[in-house]
Amino acid sequence: MIEDNNLYSPEFINRLKSGNREAFTQLVEETSSKIYNLALRMLEKEQDAEDVLQETYIKALRNISSFEGRSSVLTWLYRIATNEALMIMRKHKTSGTVVDIDQDDDEDGEGLQIVDWCCLPESEMMSKETQIKLQEAANLLSPLLKAVFLLRDVERLSGQETALILGINEDAVKTRLVRARLKLRERLTGYFSERIKMEVANE
Amino acid sequence: MSDQQHCKDYLTQISDFIDGDLHPQLCAQLEEHLQNCENCTIVVNTMKRTIELYRVSTEPQEIPQDVRARLFKCLYLDDFRK
Repeated sequence: MIEDNNLYSPEFINRLKSGNREAFTQLVEETSSKIYNLALRMLEKEQDAEDVLQETYIKALRNISSFEGRSSVLTWLYRIATNEALMIMRKHKTSGTVVDIDQDDDEDGEGLQIVDWCCLPESEMMSKETQIKLQEAANLLSPLLKAVFLLRDVERLSGQETALILGINEDAVKTRLVRARLKLRERLTGYFSERIKMEVANE
Repeated sequence: MSDQQHCKDYLTQISDFIDGDLHPQLCAQLEEHLQNCENCTIVVNTMKRTIELYRVSTEPQEIPQDVRARLFKCLYLDDFRK
């Protein structure tokens, strides 16, 4: 009989749940890159990302027999990894290294800056400096807002999957996604407005 | 904005609109609003662009070989790797 080695097939899940080491190795081979990248984006530091990576699979190995299959196995791994990363982020934030506390429900009074910076040259928008500004802006988001943004907009998971991973409802995902996007847009707009002003002044 | 509160009410919709998740009826209303509101059009375009630029700035990385090796070692899966 040919074994179905697709990560999502019931046969593969059964082999995983019965403690088959080859199947678990395949799971690690095929998913660890995604988990590592998510952890790296959430935490920035390579050492923290590696800690999350190891902890995710240690926990998965320990608990695979109780995996109920309500989500895909990848979503289940994302859930473990995201929780681990959130724990580290919250620990860092309470230790005073970052100003922003874990306040996700802040209706911050940030106004909407209306500057049409889409007209800037591509080279300006794609510059290393812009990328650094964006990373800084993302790092200023509260852990939960950052997690929602990364899962939805970078990993491109659905609202339903993101809700499952974070243990919140889909509406809560939606409102947090709007907040995260607006905050990033606002900070980037602030940065590009300065660039536009400088260019005008130099002309 | 001509009517700031009015435009603020559109923010959640703008986010759904970008995702293509907006209910068709609301989508038609928003599209009509966008035709007459330059500010909201700017918000739509800059929000879309922000997401795209973030994606570009965070291209996925390969797991370094030593990180992979330590992962398999801590899981006692060394012998099962291909």
